[in-house]
Amino acid sequence: MNPTRASSAPRSAASSDAPASSDGAGSPTGPLVLGIETSCDETGVGIVRGTTLLANVISSSMDEHARYGGVVPEVAARAHLDAMQPALEAALAEAGVTLDELDAIAVTSGPGLAGALMVGVGAAKALALATGKPLYAVNHLVGHVGADVLRADGSELELPTIALLVSGGHTSLLHVRDLVDDVELLGETIDDAAGEAFDKVARLLGLPYPGGPQIDRVAADGDPAAIRFPRGLTLPKDLVKHRYDFSFSGLKTAVARWVERRRDEGGAVPVADVAASFREAVADVLLTKALAACADLGVPRLLLGGGVVANARVRQLALERCEAAGVELRVPPLSLCTDNGAMIAALGAQLVARGHAPSPLDFGADSTLPVTTVQAV
Amino acid sequence: MILAIDTSAGTTVAVVDRDRGVLAERTESDTRRHAEVVGSLIESALAGAGVAPADLSAVVAGVGPGPYTGLRVGIVAARVFAFGVGRPCLALASHDAIAFARLTAGEGGSGSVAVPSGRVDAPLVVVTDARRREVAWTAYRGLDDEGLPVRVEGPSLVKPADLDDALGASSASPRTDPDDTVVSAAALGMLAERMFEHGRGFADPAPLYLREPDVTVSAGPKPVGR
Ligand SMILES: [Zn+2]
Repeated sequence: MNPTRASSAPRSAASSDAPASSDGAGSPTGPLVLGIETSCDETGVGIVRGTTLLANVISSSMDEHARYGGVVPEVAARAHLDAMQPALEAALAEAGVTLDELDAIAVTSGPGLAGALMVGVGAAKALALATGKPLYAVNHLVGHVGADVLRADGSELELPTIALLVSGGHTSLLHVRDLVDDVELLGETIDDAAGEAFDKVARLLGLPYPGGPQIDRVAADGDPAAIRFPRGLTLPKDLVKHRYDFSFSGLKTAVARWVERRRDEGGAVPVADVAASFREAVADVLLTKALAACADLGVPRLLLGGGVVANARVRQLALERCEAAGVELRVPPLSLCTDNGAMIAALGAQLVARGHAPSPLDFGADSTLPVTTVQAV
Repeated sequence: MILAIDTSAGTTVAVVDRDRGVLAERTESDTRRHAEVVGSLIESALAGAGVAPADLSAVVAGVGPGPYTGLRVGIVAARVFAFGVGRPCLALASHDAIAFARLTAGEGGSGSVAVPSGRVDAPLVVVTDARRREVAWTAYRGLDDEGLPVRVEGPSLVKPADLDDALGASSASPRTDPDDTVVSAAALGMLAERMFEHGRGFADPAPLYLREPDVTVSAGPKPVGR
């Protein structure tokens, strides 16, 4: 019954995040919630008690997508099915709890890849019915914000906050006034996600997938000011309609044209400079817009989430810009920034703690679930 | 008692008992709503049968052939439900359940699959829609001495125009109409009970993937409208 072509063995991402114990609001009496996340290429199962992280198991199919240069939805969905039960078993073992002890189950119902989401939704409904536990269908993007409550330092998430969520699947700017019932989408990408742009530019430069870490690596030796690549949707005319929206497709094309022209001229492509300049363009536009939102809305807090947070330059520029603007910067540990089930469990625990009713059993996978829908009801 | 789940076409869920037969069956024929309805159908089938999850001895999944996106919903639900109640998850080809229902229909009538006495020589080709202008087919000889379907060949995919050639010796056998072939979880469950009783082995609860994944890299979820 064990899957034979399971992508990667489930691994724990929790080891570096020692469970917090100082936060009296959550532990040790908070609700015990298991969260399931399958919106993209990570099968995540996490378990939290209130705001305390007990398990964070992630099984990624990233390696299977490498030869295609991006996430192939059918490959991701197949891997989710293979990985689901082993990930559940591993998370329960890691948390040292039984299914009986759970207070609730939470699952990502969107946004994300439809076929991938459906595997998690089907699994979560079956688990809820088999165990008689209430089920909460939650929003993946708000889950990224919810991850912050699991910080090991126990410092509380102050609201309202602006949240910048950047990954291979999404690039969104949120205004979070309340984690469970007041989240507003300020802007998002109108074409590629930032993480996708990293993958595409990496491929252009002959670097392997996933592109983010590769670009980061070679950019370390490059000059970020060597080439001035365009900053999408930052011209005054674009700002009218797309003040907080992002666009990376023009940037990707500009990099491709620049590299082609250099090759046509018979010159060597300065890979480090191209990578550094491209990375600078992405980080610049992300943080310019995020800090504009902080200033416009008078919210002196910025929270980062999503896999692109792993990018060294994005983190560094965030620090610099936030310090200059007097904005408090919060970055959850990386294992909680990439897609994971613990953040879904954490958001579920907030809903339980706030007395929200479970989701009805007939919710579906919604690939375009808006952030205003924190919980499917 | 077995909980049977099949999402190879629509979504169908049943609770069956070896001795008491079909206790409840719930079906949604929409082929695009598996994730929405699977939970409600399981809940309703259990309630209709008056059976608690802990009373089940196993869960059986239909593993296709069928469109993969929907198929996975039923299989993951069966696996995880079985895990949740600490029971085995069994698997059967959905076509076997269709053949079993057809070949035993005369004895039990629809809805209650009766126990046929034994061997039945009645060749049958199960043909179901596989989308993309193809059909999935499996050829059967009939039922064996224990009343279980005997597969001759398949499942395979073929364009409808090429079905005769593909069937070869079975081309003269009666065929099911792909536009009118439904799989019943009740039949799936009763077949599983019968196989269990006769000590037959079950397959891994994994989809019958008859096609390689399409290699179309995701463009990510579409931007959310405001
Ligand atoms: Zn994400």
